[in-house]
Amino acid sequence: MKGMHLPDIRMLLQGASPRSSEMFPELNNLLNTTPDKAEQGKLTLLCDARTDGSFLVHHFLSFYLKANCKVCFVALLQSFSHYNIVAQKLGVSLAAARERGQLVFLEGLKSSVDVFFQAQEDPHPLQFLREASAGNLQPLYEFVREALTPADNGAAAWRCPVLLVDDLSVLLSLGMGAVAVLDFVHYCRATVCCELKGNMVALVHDSGDAEDEENNTLLIGLSHQSHLILRTEGLATGFCKDVHGQLRILWRRPSQSTARRDRSLTFQYKIQDKNVSFFARGMSPAIL
Amino acid sequence: MAAVATCGAGAGGTESMAAATSKSNVTSFQRRGPRARGTDSGGPRLVSIAGTRPSVRNGQLLVSTGLPALDQLLGGGLAVGTVLLVEEDKYSIYSPLLFKYFLAEGIINGHTLLVASAKEDPADILQELPAPLLDDSCKKEFDEDVCNKKPESDIKMKIAWRYQLSPKMEVGPVTSSRFGHYYDVSKRIPRELIETSKWHGFFLPEKMSSADKVECCSLTPGYMKLLHFIQNIIYEEGFDGSNPQKKQRNILRIGIQSLGLPLWGDDVCCSENCDSSHSLSKFLYILRGLLRTSLSACIITMPTHLIQNKAIIARVTNLSDTVVALESFVGSERETNPLYKDYHGLIHIRQIPRLNNLICDESDVKDLAFKLKRKLFTIEKISDALKWWSRRS
Repeated sequence: MKGMHLPDIRMLLQGASPRSSEMFPELNNLLNTTPDKAEQGKLTLLCDARTDGSFLVHHFLSFYLKANCKVCFVALLQSFSHYNIVAQKLGVSLAAARERGQLVFLEGLKSSVDVFFQAQEDPHPLQFLREASAGNLQPLYEFVREALTPADNGAAAWRCPVLLVDDLSVLLSLGMGAVAVLDFVHYCRATVCCELKGNMVALVHDSGDAEDEENNTLLIGLSHQSHLILRTEGLATGFCKDVHGQLRILWRRPSQSTARRDRSLTFQYKIQDKNVSFFARGMSPAIL
Repeated sequence: MAAVATCGAGAGGTESMAAATSKSNVTSFQRRGPRARGTDSGGPRLVSIAGTRPSVRNGQLLVSTGLPALDQLLGGGLAVGTVLLVEEDKYSIYSPLLFKYFLAEGIINGHTLLVASAKEDPADILQELPAPLLDDSCKKEFDEDVCNKKPESDIKMKIAWRYQLSPKMEVGPVTSSRFGHYYDVSKRIPRELIETSKWHGFFLPEKMSSADKVECCSLTPGYMKLLHFIQNIIYEEGFDGSNPQKKQRNILRIGIQSLGLPLWGDDVCCSENCDSSHSLSKFLYILRGLLRTSLSACIITMPTHLIQNKAIIARVTNLSDTVVALESFVGSERETNPLYKDYHGLIHIRQIPRLNNLICDESDVKDLAFKLKRKLFTIEKISDALKWWSRRS
């Protein structure tokens, strides 16, 4: 696969056999990346419309942990044990990563109960839950910065810092405005991507025709800042047992204004117990 | 039968959790607090709770919704620690039935109930619960239990069998080892069953009249009080394992009726640009946080047909785990459609959670309809023959 820009179509048609020791190997091939040569300074936007794109979050979590990066995971949607159990299917133990200091995990559901029912002395990253009017996400940003800034001893224990957020749309539901969330992303990018030369991955739901203006503002704003956009969509024709959805990959160059068109690929996928298999549109093994 | 792996707090807990995962019978629920020292033998202690069973897919602990047909569509049952959101049908005729089935199932299994409502007194709701339909095999279990204590039980009453025992013996909670029961909606549940069960009621007009000052937050006062009430019950009764005095090995079933109505003080059903648009979603988020860290399951019915801002419906759906919508044919043109003449409405399974897993047990069948017969509420797949016929004519 070295030097190739387009994935081998034959490999897509066969469908790789699931190797439980790696996170989705087919997705790595599609993105033309491996944990050894992960890029730095990039913002990846994950977006799902009419379907559940959380498998991408699990992929990137195990990918960056395998790549020996320090990961700060702001997990607002599910509990720690959920991500842990899925990550173990993909060959990574979150509990072990947390103990050796590689993973900083903010469990939104549990922390929200703590901060909501009891006033905290120190500013809590989810402090905005106690506020009456829409504030800003500065405490959350401070938490991220403290988690990812390397210790002063100078020795670089981990490869590069990575911030993973699941997901930003929940922040809108909790009373934050789109502008506040965009500010938060901007500050995080400045610190994580530019200053610390790390990566950032965030999931945003696309509400489609639900006329959620705040969400659309957030989505469009982030799309313009991202280097890579992975958009999963439910099939327009409805539910299908063998094809769970469609994935569109878009490579962008946000900083350079160039007349060249951004490269994009579209695949359909099926999620299995420990793996996700990808195939070209209309080429599902079930119908060939 | 049902298995819950309990883990201690701290590093020891995570290791035993990792060890238990390899046996794939661990649940997403992780108990805080020390284990009972007496049975500590190094591995996680397995506890069985009445009315629960582990999921075949991922060992998640499940409870029945009270409708075995719905349990099957949801992949075996409702996972402990999750929210079941029922989108009410237009005139709220059938959604109260699902609500009542859930609570009745809790009483039959001996679970603790928490009933919250803004329009009906919880005591009245409980009086109207349907009576359980005990078939012969189930009745034999009860008879064996009873025969040991009382020799003459020759009068076989099929449904209200408890009445023959009530004057003479102390009635304990009805325990049954079955998962999922059928109920007869034409009969009320025997009063003894309610009296022997443990339940807490939250009736909003009563709670709002007490003048304790609630801290200002963007939640409406009604929601704030309800959250504090739920959190209090969970802590006091030990459902989250953090109270050292209380060792709870039971499920808390929470039922919240018609959340979002203006009676709660929320104007999400009144106008499109409402002031407290985040109140409902924030409430759901905190509630889910409470559920995830305790042995409880919750059913919420919501009149989404009244919510005009579709964005709020989308957010509420994303913040709930399982979402089921009822669409009744009353008053719509489908009432006269020959395809639907045998049914009272459609039931849509809008969302099933993917817990501890990449995939979920999504049913292949999407055309589901329900009908309320004299005694039973049934869910059926719309017959293919009818669909073919309607396309031809």
